[in-house]
Amino acid sequence: MVSPMSIKLVQFAILCAALSGVVGLFVRRSSLVGQRIATLMMVFGQVCGIAGAVSFFHSGEVQSIRLSWPAAGDSLVGLDALSAFFLIPVFLIGGLGSIYDLGYFPQSLHPRNGRKLRLFYGGLVAGMALLVVSRHALAFLFGWEAMALSAFFLVSTEDHRRECRRSALIYLVATHVGTLSLFALFSLWKWSTGSFILDPAAGAGMSFGVVTALFLLALIGFGLKAGIMPLHFWLPGAHANAPSHVSAILSGVMLKMGIYGLVRVLSLLPDPPGAFGGLLITLGAISGLLGVVFAIGQHDLKRLLAYHSVENIGIILMGLGLAMLGRSEDRPEWVALGMAGCLLHVWNHALFKSLLFYSAGSVVHGAHTRQIDRLGGLYRRMPLTGTMFLVGAVAICGLPPLNGFVSEFFVYVGLLESGISEDGGGLGAVIAVPVLAMTGALALACFVKVFGSVFLGNPRSESAANCHESPFTMRIPMIVLAICCFAIGLAPALLGPVLDGAIRTWNGGATANVPGVGDVAPLREIGVTSISLVGAVLLFYLFMAIRGRRSEKAGTWDCGYAIPTSRMQYTASSFAKTIALMFGWALGTRTHGPRVEGSFPEPSSMESHVDDAVLDRLIVPLSLGVTRWFRWFRRFQQGLTQHYVLYILITVVAMLCTLMPFDEFITRLFER
Amino acid sequence: MTDALNAILVIVLVMNLFVLGTSRILAVINTVATQGALLGVIPLLVHTHLTISVVLTSVAAIVLKGVVIPSIMIRALRDAEIKREVEPLIGLLPSIMLGALATAFALLFAGELPLAGEHQSALLVPTSIASVLVGFIILTSRFKALSQVIGYLVLENGIFIFGMLLIDAMPLLVEMGVLLDLFVGIFVICIIVNHINRAFSSLDTRLLASLKE
Repeated sequence: MVSPMSIKLVQFAILCAALSGVVGLFVRRSSLVGQRIATLMMVFGQVCGIAGAVSFFHSGEVQSIRLSWPAAGDSLVGLDALSAFFLIPVFLIGGLGSIYDLGYFPQSLHPRNGRKLRLFYGGLVAGMALLVVSRHALAFLFGWEAMALSAFFLVSTEDHRRECRRSALIYLVATHVGTLSLFALFSLWKWSTGSFILDPAAGAGMSFGVVTALFLLALIGFGLKAGIMPLHFWLPGAHANAPSHVSAILSGVMLKMGIYGLVRVLSLLPDPPGAFGGLLITLGAISGLLGVVFAIGQHDLKRLLAYHSVENIGIILMGLGLAMLGRSEDRPEWVALGMAGCLLHVWNHALFKSLLFYSAGSVVHGAHTRQIDRLGGLYRRMPLTGTMFLVGAVAICGLPPLNGFVSEFFVYVGLLESGISEDGGGLGAVIAVPVLAMTGALALACFVKVFGSVFLGNPRSESAANCHESPFTMRIPMIVLAICCFAIGLAPALLGPVLDGAIRTWNGGATANVPGVGDVAPLREIGVTSISLVGAVLLFYLFMAIRGRRSEKAGTWDCGYAIPTSRMQYTASSFAKTIALMFGWALGTRTHGPRVEGSFPEPSSMESHVDDAVLDRLIVPLSLGVTRWFRWFRRFQQGLTQHYVLYILITVVAMLCTLMPFDEFITRLFER
Repeated sequence: MTDALNAILVIVLVMNLFVLGTSRILAVINTVATQGALLGVIPLLVHTHLTISVVLTSVAAIVLKGVVIPSIMIRALRDAEIKREVEPLIGLLPSIMLGALATAFALLFAGELPLAGEHQSALLVPTSIASVLVGFIILTSRFKALSQVIGYLVLENGIFIFGMLLIDAMPLLVEMGVLLDLFVGIFVICIIVNHINRAFSSLDTRLLASLKE
């Protein structure tokens, strides 16, 4: 019997995170002490947490302990391979974010909202870790709400800005709708199994209707959090307006909690029909493609990254859908490949998206703007940030030798296999593989646009020209994440056992024996290829350095024009225009101006923006319509107490009248 | 015993109608004070054997409703320097008609209720419902702040009569709590009356609607 050491460590980590921001509340507003203590507690706690998760991977013993918490029944907290797998990004990004916080959001510069940020940052991490380890629906919901509400306060950190308040409000509505759906989900679970404990054995013998209802409720509730395409509307605004390390943890980790919930609930459902997998793959394809298309249309650096989260969630969902398809068709190799792609992409996206948000935060910190078209030439001024952004960009585009390639490769291989086989229906091959390929290509185009216009060329504004490299505390987390990205990309074989454990746990209820990831995908070959690729690039670089060839400096527009300005460069919007036109049906780019009339036209200006398909074109008009309809009720609210009392009187009399037997009165009257 | 009780209750019903039909506020306050004091006697009549709690309830109700609250209100009336409810929403005579209708409704309704045997013959339930309805009518049809207070008082009197059915079951604490609430409520409203008067140079509560968004 192994002592439940790992789970103790995890509990300690959760406690540390939850309490990290509390000390700061009791010290002076402008003092840095609270912030330093918070970071110290976070880092120490999160190291313990990671140690706990890793030690679990070594022992492999499923552990659970009972919390003496009467409010939640006999609440169970446990650690299995799936939980441990999702705990790692929570703790890693949580700890790194609090280091980043020291440089990005120093208390001395933000006396008004810094303490709030720290308190809820700890709450967010603690909530996420709690929901991942809980084995009981109530503890799960507790963690879920702690996470959701902390995230609301984090998004509204800079609540003096109007758009920030708006995004936070939209997020709050979205998350509560999701929670409502989860309430229904767990109530239905309790009704059909008789207990709130999330145990796969309890699900046996459910009727098909119940299973379908559970699936759809989970899809809506967790899909809202994960940002699956029609439900993603809260995501771009919230991620763009939060402080950057918060955006990193929201996008890198909190979205994955939606995926975790979906993965966990799907693992509990017995005998899923093939349609579930098909639906997931279709939704994944839509999210992947439209996510990246909308990303291309954005002018705001962080908003663009947020839309890329939708894209990556789409890829994760495709993997999950493939695994579900494998389970219903009884094809263990699909389960292995799909789940490996899904899970590994969860890690990878957490790593490279956080890296990208950290470097975007570094850009914002240096240049004080998020508008891509006001940046430019930053590579010369902040070389480390530029390099880190490049690493993240290569990873997110799914190019070797970085980690994004490995997970997307799993999904590719799995989808192709399902397409080739006879009973896969060819769905994977026909829809998903081309979409996945197109997504990758568009992501590449998008990041060429971003990197080209933000880091290369000449600065387009004063603030971009005067920017500076970020402090040490902001660079450390970026470097750590970049190393992780390389490590997974170069040595994916090391992750084989971890992935195998998580996949087996997920498939626990099913009978088929799932093959190891190493047996169905050429992990070693990927590693060798990547290493040799890196080696070749290094050799080439060395060769060029030895030859000592340096590029000459010359004016960009040196072919006859006398006074070129930096505004003559290609803008990000013009670069993306070709693709934006191609997808005009989805993007609906709105362009205002310019007006050029006559021989000597007046000065004019031009702007274009891309509205969100769901939020701006569906939800906002709809809610405005509802508001207009409800305006009719205003006439009942005139502010006169007498009217309100009259309403009460009418209600009372009406209710009394329901008790009166009027028929009897009438008959009695006529008898007389 | 029931005859004495019913006699008091009939007087209470008549007083309700009088309150509806009078425009002089001082007279209305005095009527409501008398009504309150009369109601204070009821606990002694309902219960054949007197207990401490019954006597306490009775004394507290008489003192509070018969003396303390009316004096607060008369004082507020004097400060506000008004005498009449000038323009009620519903005229005085229609108010009396409505009150009579409400009383008839209450009598009819109470006849249909499945009441315990000892409450069948007494007029407790119909009087209670009629007083509540009359209180509501005053609240909705009068605009002066002090008339509103009177409406609340009549309403509360109705609830007090209903409470008489349960005086054995209800702890003394609840009864006292209700009286205390009433006292504090009236006290606060009378202070507010003064403030409304100063802010708007009138006691018309319709002017408060200008405070809404």
